[in-house]
Amino acid sequence: MKEKAKTISTEKVIEIKGLVKAFGNYEVLKGVDLDLYKGENLVVLGKSGTGKSVLIKIIVGLLTPDQGEVKVLNQIIDKISYKELLLLRLKVGFSFQNSALYDSMTIRENLEFPLVRNQKHLSKEEVSIAVEEMLDAVGLSQTINQMPSELSGGQRKRIGIARTLILRPEIMLYDEPTAGLDPITCFEINNLINEVQERFHTSSIIITHDLTCAKAVGNRVAMLLGGKFEHKGTFEEVFNTTDDRVQPFYDYNFIQ
Amino acid sequence: MDSNTEAPGKLSRMFLTLYDVFQFISRFFKEGFLPPYEGKELMKQCYDIGYKSLALISLTGFITGVVFTKQSRPSLAEFGATSWLPSLVGIALLRTLAPLLTSLIAAGKVGSSIGAELGSMRVTEQIDAMEVSATNPFKFLVTTRVLAATITIPILTFYTAMVGMLGALLNVSTSEGTSAKAFFQSALESITFLDITASTVKAILFGFTIGMVGCYQGYNSSKGTEGVGKAANSAVVVGMFLIFIEEVVSVQFFGLFRT
Repeated sequence: MKEKAKTISTEKVIEIKGLVKAFGNYEVLKGVDLDLYKGENLVVLGKSGTGKSVLIKIIVGLLTPDQGEVKVLNQIIDKISYKELLLLRLKVGFSFQNSALYDSMTIRENLEFPLVRNQKHLSKEEVSIAVEEMLDAVGLSQTINQMPSELSGGQRKRIGIARTLILRPEIMLYDEPTAGLDPITCFEINNLINEVQERFHTSSIIITHDLTCAKAVGNRVAMLLGGKFEHKGTFEEVFNTTDDRVQPFYDYNFIQ
Repeated sequence: MDSNTEAPGKLSRMFLTLYDVFQFISRFFKEGFLPPYEGKELMKQCYDIGYKSLALISLTGFITGVVFTKQSRPSLAEFGATSWLPSLVGIALLRTLAPLLTSLIAAGKVGSSIGAELGSMRVTEQIDAMEVSATNPFKFLVTTRVLAATITIPILTFYTAMVGMLGALLNVSTSEGTSAKAFFQSALESITFLDITASTVKAILFGFTIGMVGCYQGYNSSKGTEGVGKAANSAVVVGMFLIFIEEVVSVQFFGLFRT
């Protein structure tokens, strides 16, 4: 098992204050406060529909907050221009729940796509080398000429992470990285997340409701309950509680 | 419930949709003409929309030429005017049949494919993935497809007219024994510069409509696979409806210059 990094900086790379987001009359996030420190893996736990994915979509500018402030690498996300947002996104990688691979492109083209569009100074050979290196890093060099539809769920997740990492982001946002995968593949993905943290020195937010994943990769855990972060701390700190909204979460994952 | 948060009524929804469409079109003009340009993707889309439609367009154009000539002959024969067949076919094909046929076929083939492709990209978060990898998906996906349709439909229109004429020639030469030279001389003599201009303008408008409707429906698709189906369907239905409206308006407009 690849170990998660133990030394975390005190420098904040993401600062969220009083974040509110509603869809129609339904308020999903009700004044969320959260900080992500440089080099840490922060796991956001919560039941389905509690706004975990909404939170990271706001961080990357796919959704706009109704109230509150979201500061990413010292830039307030809804106060910057679209051009500045695009530049900021080069530093923030987003791994989608369903991988979101471009299904009309081969794996090579999927990985080349962000690179050739954002680093135009690179020669064809340099791009090719970068793609091969990244595929090697996620252990899927053999899939380079395959189409996404030919890959398994776990392979697609890995390729999705590789495509995000190819731009060498400072922050990684993982949306349900182990959802729908078998336990062995989950173990491999958890290892990969820790390896990414160590090798690429990323700071990450991992959205999940899989406690095995949370325990394996998280330096810190934050529990989203009723639209707010009620419990934050290490895995043990969060689950060493009498809060009857938290305990069933643990019981379901580890006892059932 | 607060009156501000009540679900909008039918009329309000219609105006909201119109506003959305207006914004979408404005964004196309803003993104389409400002660098960086997506030349490679534009070429790919021109190939997909234009070249891959050639077989279907050729067959339809040729059959239309043959059938139209055959059906027109008895009426002209009543007045002993079968020698006017080439002129009639030439004018009918260039003024209306070729632009309309090409556009309707493209609305079915190209519009539905754009709607379905962008719709499935939207629901599988591929568009969001482009967005977060610092690529402007509107520029890459929408402007290229709309421009490609706007460029290729006029070319396909003139190609349809030409193939239709060949179909007509086949029919006329077998029935009346008219030579190819005499046929084309007669057909082209009756075509004016205004006919060519009107056809070109119409085809550009139709191409733009097909691309824009397909992209709008697909790009704003929602509700999973059902949304993809709806996007493809709406791209065809709305596209064809608008093409007929534009045809009526343009016939009236260019009619003003024919007096």
